[in-house]
Amino acid sequence: MPVRVQTEDFDISAEIALLRAGNASVGAVASFIGVMRDFNDGSGVSELTLEHYPGMTERALEAIVAEAHSRWQLIDTLIVHRVGPMTPTDQIVLVVTLSSHREQALAACAFVMDYLKTRAPFWKKERTGQGERWVEPRTTDDEAAGRWRAGGPA
Amino acid sequence: MATIDLLYFARLRESLGLERERLVLPEAVSTAGALRLFLSGRGETWARELDPNKVIRMAVNQDLADPGQVLADGDEVALFPPVTGG
Repeated sequence: MPVRVQTEDFDISAEIALLRAGNASVGAVASFIGVMRDFNDGSGVSELTLEHYPGMTERALEAIVAEAHSRWQLIDTLIVHRVGPMTPTDQIVLVVTLSSHREQALAACAFVMDYLKTRAPFWKKERTGQGERWVEPRTTDDEAAGRWRAGGPA
Repeated sequence: MATIDLLYFARLRESLGLERERLVLPEAVSTAGALRLFLSGRGETWARELDPNKVIRMAVNQDLADPGQVLADGDEVALFPPVTGG
């Protein structure tokens, strides 16, 4: 259940190949990549800087992966999250889930992203035409994470 | 006497002009919530940033903590705005 925080970019093909190498029980690979776009809240964005809480970040990501593995039949999960300065079109985050069956892999991948957005200590600061500003959390992110509580999709 | 390490992140770190500090807890400050209230009494910027109406998260020893969490000697306590990763 690897989790990584890094400044470097990542290659999804290489990451998936490594994660599922030689494991013939894998029948489904689900993945998500979060990418930097050039607009947010009605303004153009030219640069993004991601800050995090070293130590707690890894703990929080590992806890999210452990929670996913307790809810779905997963073979392995990978999270790679970048920090530092980024520009539009850059990749920010990668989640890969491996399972024998697609329903498990797809649901777990969505769950990991929803929980990551509300529980992992990352903060985005963006540069717009009006200067720099800290990104405000979205209530839709809380709602997305909330749907996984007991009684939600599983 | 309990001594804790305090860490500040993102907007809080910038507006308070402080990344980390070591603090000897006053006798009356025994929980995360009480600590936030105590810190908000340090001056205008602190009062504004830690205003009870503002959403601030706290972590104790790198786990998210409720205001009722009891603090102990040697704890690492972090204050930060809601997270925005992903």
